[in-house]
Amino acid sequence: MHSVKRLCLAHFWVAFAFFAAACAIGTWQMWVRSPLGASVGTPGQYYMLVTAHGVALAFVLTTFFIMGFGYFVATTALDRQLPGKAWAWGAYWLAVVGVVVAFAPIMNGQASVLYTFYPPLTGSAWFYIGLVLLVVASWIWAVLMMVAMTAWKRENPGRPVPLAMFATVANAVMWLWTTVGVAVQLLFQVIPAALGLVHTIDVGLSRTLFSWTLHAIVYFWLIPAYIAFYTMVPRAAGGRLYSDTMGRLTFILFLVYSLPVGLHHLLMDPEHGNATKFIQVVLTAFVSVPTLLTIFTITASLEIAGRLRGGRGPFGWIATLPWDRPMVLATGLSFVMLGFGGFGGLINMGYGMNAMVHNTSWVTAHFHLIFGGSVVIMYFAICYEIWPRLTGREHPTLSLLRLQLWSWFVGMMVMTLPWHWLGLQGQWRRVANFNYADPIIAGWGPWVIVSLIGGIILLASALLFLRNLAVLHRGAVLAVARPLYAIAVHPPQRVPAVLNSFGLWNVLVLVLMLVAYGLPIAQFLIEPSPSAIVHRMR
Amino acid sequence: MTEIHQELHERRILGTELLWAFGVGVLIAAILSMIVFTALSIGVNPPSNVERLDPKALHLSGEFAEDNLGTSVGSDGRVVVRVIATQFAFLPRCIPVPVGRPVTLRFVAPDVLHGLLISGTNVNTMVVPGYVAQVHTEFTRTGDLLMPCHEYCGLGHSEMWATVQVLPENQFQPDSNGRVSCAQR
Ligand code: HEM
Ligand SMILES: [Cu+2]
Ligand SMILES: [Cu+2]
Repeated sequence: MHSVKRLCLAHFWVAFAFFAAACAIGTWQMWVRSPLGASVGTPGQYYMLVTAHGVALAFVLTTFFIMGFGYFVATTALDRQLPGKAWAWGAYWLAVVGVVVAFAPIMNGQASVLYTFYPPLTGSAWFYIGLVLLVVASWIWAVLMMVAMTAWKRENPGRPVPLAMFATVANAVMWLWTTVGVAVQLLFQVIPAALGLVHTIDVGLSRTLFSWTLHAIVYFWLIPAYIAFYTMVPRAAGGRLYSDTMGRLTFILFLVYSLPVGLHHLLMDPEHGNATKFIQVVLTAFVSVPTLLTIFTITASLEIAGRLRGGRGPFGWIATLPWDRPMVLATGLSFVMLGFGGFGGLINMGYGMNAMVHNTSWVTAHFHLIFGGSVVIMYFAICYEIWPRLTGREHPTLSLLRLQLWSWFVGMMVMTLPWHWLGLQGQWRRVANFNYADPIIAGWGPWVIVSLIGGIILLASALLFLRNLAVLHRGAVLAVARPLYAIAVHPPQRVPAVLNSFGLWNVLVLVLMLVAYGLPIAQFLIEPSPSAIVHRMR
Repeated sequence: MTEIHQELHERRILGTELLWAFGVGVLIAAILSMIVFTALSIGVNPPSNVERLDPKALHLSGEFAEDNLGTSVGSDGRVVVRVIATQFAFLPRCIPVPVGRPVTLRFVAPDVLHGLLISGTNVNTMVVPGYVAQVHTEFTRTGDLLMPCHEYCGLGHSEMWATVQVLPENQFQPDSNGRVSCAQR
């Protein structure tokens, strides 16, 4: 494993320490929103902690996990040393410093602006500066991933890059594009405002720049789960990957398609006209394509495994799959949550239906189910799979792993289904304490309590997850070496250059971004909107 | 497997994939036509008038000066509601509207980002400083509706809401200036 073990573990433990703390905070939030805790806490505390919860999960958990996982893939899938390991450690410490610098003002209550910023509201400049450092660290990671792939290709001319690495680099390239929007927003608008260098801000432009990042960042979080689906799940189930080409295509589609659709987050905004919004809705209709392709390929791969294990009939192969293996179980649970979540996503996407749910609890419940559910459960499964390779010790028993995965699934369903329902009833987001004296709101109370129960199950599951990993640092059972990555039914000998590199796709992204964002951004430069006065939170 | 078998098998895999891709294509086409159909036929459209207004001078500009806020009925019978969303209240806090008649709602924010929805209806918009957010709607049932601010706007965000009174036609009585106030209850 070419000695990136400590590097990977260092990243993962930061990610999961923040993850567990944030789950505790989330449960507190749900309690305070319920009738049981309706008089607990001040709004100042609530928004401080929602900011902490959002930043910890959306930025810290994800970025650290993805960086650590990338280093793991770059050394194992390519089977060579990581080039620039000193840079990797440098990026790690830069990211750690960034997180400390960002969290100091958050926990002081000086950055209660939530993880989505929303100027002209501004918090302490340190909050944004810390996040910029985290992003810069992730840029170093992205470049290292590209360097590693290029070096491998030089040593293996003409051979297809292993799918896991191809996907990782697709994510790295996508991330570089994705962060441009928020970086411009922070460096040119928000940080100058937070430092007091400027006193007004063009809010329309600011929201447009943020939307550039907002959709694709979700795919950045999601791609590790898809890497597991394509490159780990078929082998864990005892089968083969149905099609390597489909995998490459899927990750290319993610790169190309996640970027130009960000403006659909502004459907309810007054600064963009109908034409722009309509183009966006049409483009957005296609974002489900890579996911639908994945569901087919992975189901087909699982079917191969199930039939190899003696399954018969149209559905008999499902029963014969090795559901006792964490990776297979997690995939099944993830697909169920993806099914529910995908249905919800269709609603968000509809031009008209969006008006029903925009900024209601529906949205919060939806991303908890998709991101906190389907994606994070695959983070768990990945960790269970690779931890023995990092620490050299084997899980003493799998039953606690299964319990953890099941409880995460159950907790997520119990928490998010009533939460969706309340969104349809008009419950809105980001409320510190609901006024349960109001007759409409009073009817919501019991459902919030159900969500709270789900939250408590989730918190217990998160702690069990930490325990399951921690025991591998001192256990007695030594790990036996076994292969990790799946082989395709027809392992590719040669693939066309377009399926083995990203040059062409970058050109395509550039063109699509010009089409999607050219005019919407240019309109603010041609005719600046009347700017708003900066409002500092203390 | 012999070479020829392998080739045949690969083609079969490709065949199933193309079939699935075709299904995906049909699904996307169906969704798209639904979107286009609803947008064109029943005018399901998000607020998109793109009307700029300087947030620093709202109180000076005629339309959103204090006297003009609230519900008014024009000489042509058009009902227009003008509301300022500001940290942490809507002005006015109570909005009377008639049942079963087209209503135009116009919102502006002088300070930070706000947003709103009216419970039980599909009225939903962001209120972005620098722009007028405009929504056309028709209320179908009488009664009081909740209109909370749904976008985080600061520590008082939870406290920011207004009431929409949907009145039967006989109680929706404009005064001599065409202005309507909430019924006192
Ligand atoms: C124990 C588990 C969890 C509980 C009980 C929980 C609960 C909550 C609650 C109550 C809110 C505030 C919603 C509002 O005020 O409208 C929230 C916000 C949020 N949660 Fe969680 N959550 C949990 C886990 C997660 C996970 C695993 C993720 C993602 C990986 C996540 C991501 C977020 C984000 C990004 C926000 C910020 C939303 C905003 O600013 O509006 N949460 N969560
Ligand atoms: Cu507000
Ligand atoms: Cu608000």
